[in-house]
Amino acid sequence: MSHLFTLIKKELRELLTPATVLPIVLLALIFASMGGLTGNLEESVAAEPEVAIVNLDEGGNYSALFMEVVQQANATVVLYGNQSDDVGDAVAAVKDNGSMAALVIGPDHSSSIEKGEHGNITVYWNMKGTGLMNSVSTAPVELLLAVVERETTHALIQSMIDDGQLDDREPGNITAPISYSSNTLLGDMVMEDIRPEQVSSFMMTQNFLMPLLIMIVIVMLGGIIISSMGQEKENKTLETLLTLPVNRTTIVSGKLLGSAIVGLLFAGIYMMGMSYYMDGLTATAPVDMSEYGMELGTLDLAIVGAMMVLAILCALGLCMIFGAFAKNYKAAQSLTIPISFLAVIPFFVVMFADFKSLPALVQAVLFIIPFTHPMIAMDNLMMGHMGLIFSGMAYQALFTLATIMVTVRLYKSDILLTGLGTTLRSGPLGKLLRLR
Amino acid sequence: MDALVVKDFHKSYGKHVGVDGISFTVKHGEVFGLIGPNGAGKTTTLRVLSTLLSVSSGDMLVYGRSVVDEPKEVRKIISYLPEDAGAYKHLSGRQYLEFISKFFTTGDDRERMVERGMAIADLGERIDSKVDTYSKGMTRRLLIARAIMTRPKFAILDEVTSGLDVINAAEIRNIIKDMAREGVTILLSSHNMFEVEYLCDRLALIDEGRIVAEGTPEELKRRYGAANIEEVFTRAVAS
Repeated sequence: MSHLFTLIKKELRELLTPATVLPIVLLALIFASMGGLTGNLEESVAAEPEVAIVNLDEGGNYSALFMEVVQQANATVVLYGNQSDDVGDAVAAVKDNGSMAALVIGPDHSSSIEKGEHGNITVYWNMKGTGLMNSVSTAPVELLLAVVERETTHALIQSMIDDGQLDDREPGNITAPISYSSNTLLGDMVMEDIRPEQVSSFMMTQNFLMPLLIMIVIVMLGGIIISSMGQEKENKTLETLLTLPVNRTTIVSGKLLGSAIVGLLFAGIYMMGMSYYMDGLTATAPVDMSEYGMELGTLDLAIVGAMMVLAILCALGLCMIFGAFAKNYKAAQSLTIPISFLAVIPFFVVMFADFKSLPALVQAVLFIIPFTHPMIAMDNLMMGHMGLIFSGMAYQALFTLATIMVTVRLYKSDILLTGLGTTLRSGPLGKLLRLR
Repeated sequence: MDALVVKDFHKSYGKHVGVDGISFTVKHGEVFGLIGPNGAGKTTTLRVLSTLLSVSSGDMLVYGRSVVDEPKEVRKIISYLPEDAGAYKHLSGRQYLEFISKFFTTGDDRERMVERGMAIADLGERIDSKVDTYSKGMTRRLLIARAIMTRPKFAILDEVTSGLDVINAAEIRNIIKDMAREGVTILLSSHNMFEVEYLCDRLALIDEGRIVAEGTPEELKRRYGAANIEEVFTRAVAS
């Protein structure tokens, strides 16, 4: 047992270097800050408008309505004036205070509307920079102006009704004659007052973030493990290790467990970054899906966690098999491609389509790839596809066991030192392909 | 007493024959040299003896233990130093010796083993520096220390001084001489004929997987009418 611990410690020291940990931490930080940024964006869209207003139409009915709407919207008004000279002052105040815009109600605003012409409002947007994010601060004012326009329309219609130009009816029924009520059908469920994009947005964790997390961990872990094995061969430290008085099974177990700890650590770091990302995204989530059973309990999360651990073990088993064929560090780099490929395929497929909606052949191919199962686990748990969950777990466990057995065999064979080339050339496949 | 008995050992890689039925014996406490041109089968023989590769046919007995049937027991007796081997670059020299010692013993014995390793490596304060800052000579000294600090009964050294400068190579040869004096049986391979003549009690010349000559350096020089082992080597391989 002490030999196993010694080997695990050695693997951890070898795999946990600044060069391997730093990219993982940086990526997690990027996700976390992206979440923060998205949260800030949403907060800024929902923020109350902060404007300067110059009313050159003082006494007009529609400018009064304008001011009423501004008051109801809890807008912060930094300057209020009624002279044309005040426009320059308003613009300067907006700049000084970092407010969103200066709004100038034209002198003939109300009379123009009453005559059936366009009212006149001029907006001076305060652009704080040329970055993409700077344009977002227009949203609260745009919203305010949209409300002003709607209320002005309603007031205009009401005045036409009062004048007998229109039948007596609710102005809102003229501007919006149809009332929509959206319900979404998903599986056997009817989700009332919920639109499909709201469900899709909620399911993004399952359909995008979880698969992304698994894909990144497997791709990065695969690269690190296979490269480390390539380096062991290149430095011939593996030869020394294999001549020590310790079982090959212990050596394989040490490598596997050490790598698994590193894999879980990486997954944990990513998970933290992702959770910050998700907090940012769901901060303003408008719907509660738990009433439709679409939430994960403790047991569900434990199942997802177990499937993720199994996926990491499957990846490690595959890495050790591929790594056994890496003659040196350089050759190891190209051997990471198949592992990455196996992680990327299910990621892209499940990102765009639900597993159950795929053709049977595609489902079968995805099922064979052990990394698919944790990627679709959350979705399956919410939708109650427990058969797929348990068969997936059983398959992952068998896959892990098989890869460990193959790895132990490889560590006991000549292939580990001589490479696949010699074996292939001398075997029936080599003869068939006339390999030299 | 026979430390090593190699019996009709064959090793093939598919159609390619690496070693074609060699037999030889190494006595306890002897320094035995395997010399031959590149690709003659020297490293293959040492790797099979170290239990790294399998035997195609025949057997090797190390102090009576078969590499075919009892590889783990053989690994307890031997210590193998591969050609151009390195140590774990993220460890210091001391940490590397401590790591290896954990597979052989525990407690005070282990501390004594590491002390012995550090004395053999003789790296001074640099023993606490990371291995990736070592020169080739320093790394080789560390690896030799690793190989013999465990007091193996049988040491297998492949091209032990290859790529080293004159001073480092001479120091390593002295360490090997000291090992032999302490009673460690040594099987080594080398392309350096001076080194072989200086270190080895007996030699086997191997060419194309077969032993073409075997004996003490003096016997071989007499047999081939040669002034030194380099001439013996050239004539034996040419004949």
